Amino acid sequence: MRTTSLSRRFAVISSAVVVSLVLAACGGDDDGDDDGDGAEGTAGGSLVFGASADPIILDGALFSDGESARPAYQIFEGLVTTEEGGTEIVPALAESWEPSEDGLEWTFHLREGVTFHDGTDFNAEAVCFNFERWYNFEGVMQSPAVSYYWNTVFGGFADGAVPSLYAGCEATDESTAVISLTRPSSAFIAAMQMPSFRIASPTALEEGDADAVGGTEESPAFEGTFGYENPAGTGPFRFESWERGSNLTLVRYDDYWGEPAQLDEIIFTVIPDGPARRQALEAGDIDGYDLVDPADAEALEGAGFQIMRRPAFNVGYVGFQQNHPPFENINIRKAIAHAINKENLIQTNYPEGTEIATQFMPPELFGWADDVTVYDYDPEEAQRLIAESGVTDLTLEFWYPTDVSRPYMPNPQANWELITADLEAVGFTVVPMTAPWNPDYLDAQSTGNTPMFLLGWTGDFGDPDNFIGTFFQTVNPQFGNFENPEIFAKLDEAEAETDPDRRTELYQEANRLIADFVPGVPYVHNQPAVAFREGVSGYVPGPLNNESFAAVTVD
Amino acid sequence: MLRFVVRRLLQLGPILLGLSLLLFVWLRALPGGPAAALLGERATPEAVARIEELYGLNEPWYVQYWKFLVNAVRLDFGNSSRTNRPVVEEMLRTFPATIELGTAALIFAIGIGIPLGYFAARRYGRWLDNLSVSGSLIGVAVPVFFLAYILKYVFAVRLGWLPTGGRQDPRMDAEHPTGFYVLDGIITGNLEASLDAIVHLILPAIALGAIPLAIIVRITRASVLDVVHEDYVRTAEAKGLYERTITRRHVLRNALLPVVTVIGLTAGLLFSGAILTETVFAWDGVGRFVYEAIGNRDYAVLQGFILMIAILYVLVNLAVDVSYGLIDPRVRVQ
Amino acid sequence: MSLAQVEATTESAKVSEEGGSLRRDAWRRLRRDPVALVGFGIIALFVLVAIFAPWIAPYDPADRPGAGIVTPTNIPGPSAEFWFGLDELGRDEFSRVVFGARTSLLVGVVALLLGMAGGLVLGVLAGAFGGKVDTVIMRIVDVMLSIPGLLMAIAIAALLGRSLLSVMIAIAVINIPIFARLLRGQMLAQRESDYVLAATSLGVRRRSIVFGHVLPNSMSPVIVQATLTLATAIIEAAGLSFLGLGSPDPRVPEWGLMLANTQRYLASAPHLAFFPGMAIVIAALGFTLLGERLREALDPKYRR
Repeated sequence: MRTTSLSRRFAVISSAVVVSLVLAACGGDDDGDDDGDGAEGTAGGSLVFGASADPIILDGALFSDGESARPAYQIFEGLVTTEEGGTEIVPALAESWEPSEDGLEWTFHLREGVTFHDGTDFNAEAVCFNFERWYNFEGVMQSPAVSYYWNTVFGGFADGAVPSLYAGCEATDESTAVISLTRPSSAFIAAMQMPSFRIASPTALEEGDADAVGGTEESPAFEGTFGYENPAGTGPFRFESWERGSNLTLVRYDDYWGEPAQLDEIIFTVIPDGPARRQALEAGDIDGYDLVDPADAEALEGAGFQIMRRPAFNVGYVGFQQNHPPFENINIRKAIAHAINKENLIQTNYPEGTEIATQFMPPELFGWADDVTVYDYDPEEAQRLIAESGVTDLTLEFWYPTDVSRPYMPNPQANWELITADLEAVGFTVVPMTAPWNPDYLDAQSTGNTPMFLLGWTGDFGDPDNFIGTFFQTVNPQFGNFENPEIFAKLDEAEAETDPDRRTELYQEANRLIADFVPGVPYVHNQPAVAFREGVSGYVPGPLNNESFAAVTVD
Repeated sequence: MLRFVVRRLLQLGPILLGLSLLLFVWLRALPGGPAAALLGERATPEAVARIEELYGLNEPWYVQYWKFLVNAVRLDFGNSSRTNRPVVEEMLRTFPATIELGTAALIFAIGIGIPLGYFAARRYGRWLDNLSVSGSLIGVAVPVFFLAYILKYVFAVRLGWLPTGGRQDPRMDAEHPTGFYVLDGIITGNLEASLDAIVHLILPAIALGAIPLAIIVRITRASVLDVVHEDYVRTAEAKGLYERTITRRHVLRNALLPVVTVIGLTAGLLFSGAILTETVFAWDGVGRFVYEAIGNRDYAVLQGFILMIAILYVLVNLAVDVSYGLIDPRVRVQ
Repeated sequence: MSLAQVEATTESAKVSEEGGSLRRDAWRRLRRDPVALVGFGIIALFVLVAIFAPWIAPYDPADRPGAGIVTPTNIPGPSAEFWFGLDELGRDEFSRVVFGARTSLLVGVVALLLGMAGGLVLGVLAGAFGGKVDTVIMRIVDVMLSIPGLLMAIAIAALLGRSLLSVMIAIAVINIPIFARLLRGQMLAQRESDYVLAATSLGVRRRSIVFGHVLPNSMSPVIVQATLTLATAIIEAAGLSFLGLGSPDPRVPEWGLMLANTQRYLASAPHLAFFPGMAIVIAALGFTLLGERLREALDPKYRR
């Protein structure tokens, strides 16, 4: 078996983070009372989890949001998955896999004796059925709003309008599937754990008419029943019922190939408002929830609730668009980097233990360099750089979003206020600009209309390509159309490289180049938290938010 | 009476046509489009362009408007660009929730407001009067969301007497044939579910009903005061009729007219409040859904929902006018 | 000056004398009404605080005396030094509430003036011309009234983008149909009244009847409505801020935004929600008290 080239450091750090949880889990198992329904190690019971929104649909290929992914992770399994609490790729439906010499063919040896929730057998045919389904999407199904991750990872579809990374899938025997690619890609296997590439029952897909799109060209609608009424995967939980807008219920799948789930059922209940989720937990209406606000975490901990922090797998940054003056001036960009008091910012607005960022990806990921140029808080140096820049109009149009709380930016407005105060202290004049996060802010930002802005990124899979490759591999209007051929070339080289050690080096070099060029000021890696009531155990928070509830028990 | 109703219904036509045009112009004038809303952080210009092409958003507006009108007449409002589900389906889910909440709030406001207003007027100038008057004045000065948070903080979080939000205990096993949860429980013979739904209704209904309550108390008091000093009531008193008879036969009946008007007007107030109340109490209703749809530039949802809200609103006012006729015979003759 | 105009002027003098006596009477009763006085006192306090904010507030609203102390879970509450405690960034909450009075007053007054002006124009046109003009204007008003107020305000604020001005315009627009209906009703009622019939028969021009007689006599209910509108405008502005549609500059303190921002700290720092919330309630209460009592004072049926 071959695993991907993720840093060992990461595993160490993340296991340190989870040690206490594992201890908590053991404790929970000990005093978890047996309801006496006989089965060994089956604690039973139900868990109510507070979600921030209703899932869009339970069909991995058709969504890209976290609240759809959470239940989908319980229902569906991919060929591979990540280790608990980490990003390292480990076997799931495939027991092992190997790429060919040229990196163009990946052979997956599949687990045997696995059945889907609807009784269909899992085999190589089923794997290829799924890949061929995605590859043959037509019309609206190709929209990045629908099949975002296929678009990102594989590029085009069968119609050939855009070249695709995917070349074909062949079931060479019952339990061997060979997936061929059009070019070598190091990110391919890491991406395979995402819900978008998890395997669904071909029978259920066909019977549920999963690809049926109705309505008109202007307003398409998913018409199939698969993703709403019968999403059959192979996971430890199967779909039971879904009252749209309020509750989604999953129950234990008794014929699961591995260790069966502990809980009888999980109910995901929708509570959009953050403070409302916390209150629901405090009042005992729910057993746990995600996206815990930093302001609540310690208070909840003090009141006897469990707060589990995920390893930081995100970055928050101030971005510059170099098509707007004075941001084309590197001394101004450096001056801003020196002017911001990151330590004070993090102390005031983030929970304890939050890391200051020095580059556009988290230290847990391979390719992070410990020797990039660091811009310490130094107002005098900032003033010196401003003087040196020769720029006289020191007015900065600085944007922040409203109606949003992101893992890397729980309270954007508070960040904006502190950074603005720092900038005005060294002589800049800040013009406040704001818009609701979705869509106005993101729209303005992605089209180069926000000269200076707050943003960030949460990793989808454990590869630097998903961080700096997304930002800086080509001309990106988010950063004002700058063209820095050196950085672009370095990142192209790193993506195509198949030797893990060489890849790490290339990404480190890229990070050094980016830090010297200051396209933005990364300032934070936050650890998003999940909260549970006392008596819930077995939940292991992971950096990619792809936790399984299979081992979770309630007392 | 029938002619009156028909005439009012015919008046609805121009209002709705004007409204739909207004809506359409508004939607097209909104900055940003649905494409970026669907993509979030991942909205690259290429992806946005691709979506607009796929969704036919670059057709001329009058073509889109005509299609919308034709479809609206057939009750086909298209599909939500966010959930990719038919708008009608989202309506069937969210409208019962809001109507149930609004009805509960109105029952609370009327049930307490009319007796309180009546007794305040009958004891004009005494402590009950002063208390209810000042209470109702404070009532309209409290922002709905502030009251909602206070109620929730005290009764749900601190005291734990009532749930913090939602329409039903997620663990409750209940069928929902109509979407009106209290009614559903009765229909399916699951009284426990009905009771649970009522328990979930209490706090949001109080928060939402507070302002209508304040208004109803004031109007009832004012109109009872008016009527009490009318000649026929004085005559009745002079004739030595019992107070209760006077109350029933003369005072309340005549005092109810302005109260009914106000109830019609509060329908709009209730809806405005519902946007805020539903946010605080995680109520899966129209207010929250429409507010989110504005953020998401979900054109189909906004067109369909706002039109439907206006229809409902106008119908409520029609019902108010009709009930005038039932209470006051003079109106029937006109 | 023609004879007709002179006659009309004397006629109007008589009418306004009548109106004047009603107003004087109302004023006399208001002065004796403790509730109205409380309302007036609150408004006076509110206006004074807004005007003299820099002298009342111990700190600049942007200063951060709590820098280095404040973390998301440690936001000190009221103390001798900081009367209302510190906010989430370590600023003095009392100073921010004091400065917030300025924004609220500004939003309320401007929104009211804009809404009243719009309503006056529509109402006067409809009432003065009647017929087709009236029908068209009243249909527009019907359409506007068929959308619930807050939804309308959200729609307008979403259209205009985030600024204090768009909040003012949004609130103004939802008040236009209210003032329009009020004015039209007043004018229709007075059109049939004896003095207007007399003036018309004397050949006084419509414009001078409207502006010289009818409008001044419609002012009492408009003033009452205006006072009450100030209360709702303050609450509506807070609601829009709560939904994220207020001013883009968070450095300028605004009660609604302060309240909305601090929902996330409700558990660890309830004072952050309490003080701006109470400020809104009290300011709105002041206008409500005065407005309601003014209404009663001007309404003959409460004269007993």
